[in-house]
Amino acid sequence: MINLVWLIPLFPLIGFLINGLGRSFLPKGAVGFIGSLTVFLSFAVSLGIFFELNGSVTKSFTIQLFDWIQVGNLSIPFSFQVDPLSSLMLLIVTGIGFLIHVYSIGYMHHDTGFAKFFSYLNLFVFFMLLLVLGSNYVVMFIGWEGVGLCSYLLIGFWFSNPAYASAAKKAFVMNRIGDLGFLIAIFLIFNTFNSVEFAKVFPQAASLTAGSDVITLITILLFVGATGKSAQIPLFTWLPDAMAGPTPVSALIHAATMVTAGIYMIARSNILFTLAPFTLDIIAVVGLATAILAALIAITQTDIKKVLAYSTVSQLGYMFLGLGVGAYTGAFFHVITHAFFKALLFLGAGSVIHAVSNEQDMRSMGGLKSKLPVTFYTMLMGTIAISGLPPFSGFFSKDEILAHAYEHSKLLWLIGVIGAMFTAFYMFRMLFLTFFGKFRGTTEQQAHLHESPASMTFPLIVLAVLSIIGGFIGVPEALHGNHWLAGFLEPVFSASEQRTGASHLDHSTEYILMTVSVIAAVVASFIAYLRYARNNHVPVPDTAERTAFANVSYNKFYIDEIYDALITKPLNILSGFFYRIVDKTFIDGFVNGLGRATAEAGKGLRLLQTGNIGFYIFIMIAGIVALLVYGFYNI
Amino acid sequence: MEAVTQSIQGVPLNHYILLSAIIFSIGVMGVLIRRNAIIIFMSIELMLNAVNLLFTAFSAHRGDAAGQVFVFFVMALAAAEVAIGLAIIVMIYRNTNSTDINVLNRLKW
Repeated sequence: MINLVWLIPLFPLIGFLINGLGRSFLPKGAVGFIGSLTVFLSFAVSLGIFFELNGSVTKSFTIQLFDWIQVGNLSIPFSFQVDPLSSLMLLIVTGIGFLIHVYSIGYMHHDTGFAKFFSYLNLFVFFMLLLVLGSNYVVMFIGWEGVGLCSYLLIGFWFSNPAYASAAKKAFVMNRIGDLGFLIAIFLIFNTFNSVEFAKVFPQAASLTAGSDVITLITILLFVGATGKSAQIPLFTWLPDAMAGPTPVSALIHAATMVTAGIYMIARSNILFTLAPFTLDIIAVVGLATAILAALIAITQTDIKKVLAYSTVSQLGYMFLGLGVGAYTGAFFHVITHAFFKALLFLGAGSVIHAVSNEQDMRSMGGLKSKLPVTFYTMLMGTIAISGLPPFSGFFSKDEILAHAYEHSKLLWLIGVIGAMFTAFYMFRMLFLTFFGKFRGTTEQQAHLHESPASMTFPLIVLAVLSIIGGFIGVPEALHGNHWLAGFLEPVFSASEQRTGASHLDHSTEYILMTVSVIAAVVASFIAYLRYARNNHVPVPDTAERTAFANVSYNKFYIDEIYDALITKPLNILSGFFYRIVDKTFIDGFVNGLGRATAEAGKGLRLLQTGNIGFYIFIMIAGIVALLVYGFYNI
Repeated sequence: MEAVTQSIQGVPLNHYILLSAIIFSIGVMGVLIRRNAIIIFMSIELMLNAVNLLFTAFSAHRGDAAGQVFVFFVMALAAAEVAIGLAIIVMIYRNTNSTDINVLNRLKW
């Protein structure tokens, strides 16, 4: 089965080709069927590989497809790596990808670009699988760039709206900044280790001393790449804008899979990062700062998708916090559970948006509980899971990260818990604003309210079940579990764990930590209940006065404006200078001057062209004589 | 043929060269000075035949037939040139009622 790993990315590629080439004549039913089927086939193969790997003694396989680049001592095979980390990621990408494809059949049904949408989605899955499977940094980078491209195409899917098109451009440009860091890191890795193969780089790295300059530099650059893709400070502002894309895209790309690529990449290179404690500290601080900042923004947003987007940024921040404190398993655990509940929440939000005729402002929603029962109950599960209430999945993964943070520094843990409180607050706020109270939209919208079709509710139910039980793959020892996930991922992280040492929190401390974070989450959700469900508080309209903090938070801490003033404006001024002075004056002046000189010379020389044949002949003979004389005297 | 060759060889080579040069120069001067297209044509023929004369003289003096073969080529070429050139002159005459080449000065900027 493992030898058939190349089938996994191949199926979505075939789906992309069929749907892309046949988009103008394939019926919608066939397009949806092909799009979903190809991803399902990949899921089936991934499942087979997962079980085979689980039962096998060797935990890492490299399947080489062909030699790709062979120049001098640079050798880059096109090969795939199957190990616990990639096989779990395969399951997430193809499994959730499949559910979201099914969901899209219902969600995008009215759209004219139905086939285009499915072909892009399949292409995305293909690149994501390439990213996950690559056994060296270069193949990973192909996937890395490919998902960026698909993200761009899908954010700007409704490109006739200029705001959406510029959101797509913003995402692409900000990703490019990060990609540059990743690219330079790859060059440095090759320069240092003479190879870009994981299997060659990591053993060499393990023998190096910790904290050497080159390792620190490589890891910082890799982290820059991760901040771009995974929306961390300072490159996170593209992700909320990316909500311009259709909701299934937000669920698949901007919640479950692509944005976790940065975490996957760091978890994959964990040994390099373990050797660079300085970088790990930066990652922890940046991750925590992002988690808090995004949570603070999320608590006042009124657009249902924006709340979820900032929530995603915030949760990604937690994952980076986990990586930064050395909890690689915990961070990856959170990737898995987050993929479940955040995909669920986005799909639920899509179902709500679908029901209220494309309204996204929660101020015009409310009271949808009875109209959309399936959506409500599934989203409730997702909300509880993300808030970290036991025994839902988010509880286990978030607590593992927080426990490691506590071990590392109590301050990190405290801020993390406060962030978790905010998470519970804004998620329940969103839930209550949407589903409780009275409907606040137009009567037209009210008449149109309906539960979504089965193709949309089926994925919701599956994801809700996964959000509830997903945490049981990593029950900590303190709760009498055996943490299956940690055991499964052990071969990937063992080299790092040998250096850092195993976790040594005693069980009573762990109980206290868990209790504190659960109480914090319960209190926060209760405040949200009082404010938004009991007292029916509705966020004020845009025109109304806000308190100073609410104003700053509602305006996203003016970060877009700050970037605009600090980077975009000066860049524009600089570009304007280069355009007017360097380009217009010097370059254009030189090119035009050359043309003008030629024209002037021609004007003078054409006077020789008299039209008098005798004169021509005379010149000719004079020339011949001159040549003869020259030849006679100079041989 | 022997007799012809011998009679050619009877005259020193220098004389042939000198004669050819004179005829060739006359041709050049004719082309340069005369304005009548037909006369210019004849001058060109003079130049060609001056060269032919030189070819045969060298050929006979060196006992090498290649020079004479070349003469045939030159003759064939001259015939073709005359055929086309005269046709052009006839057309020019029909249009301008003259064979003066200075009439044809419109081919300029």
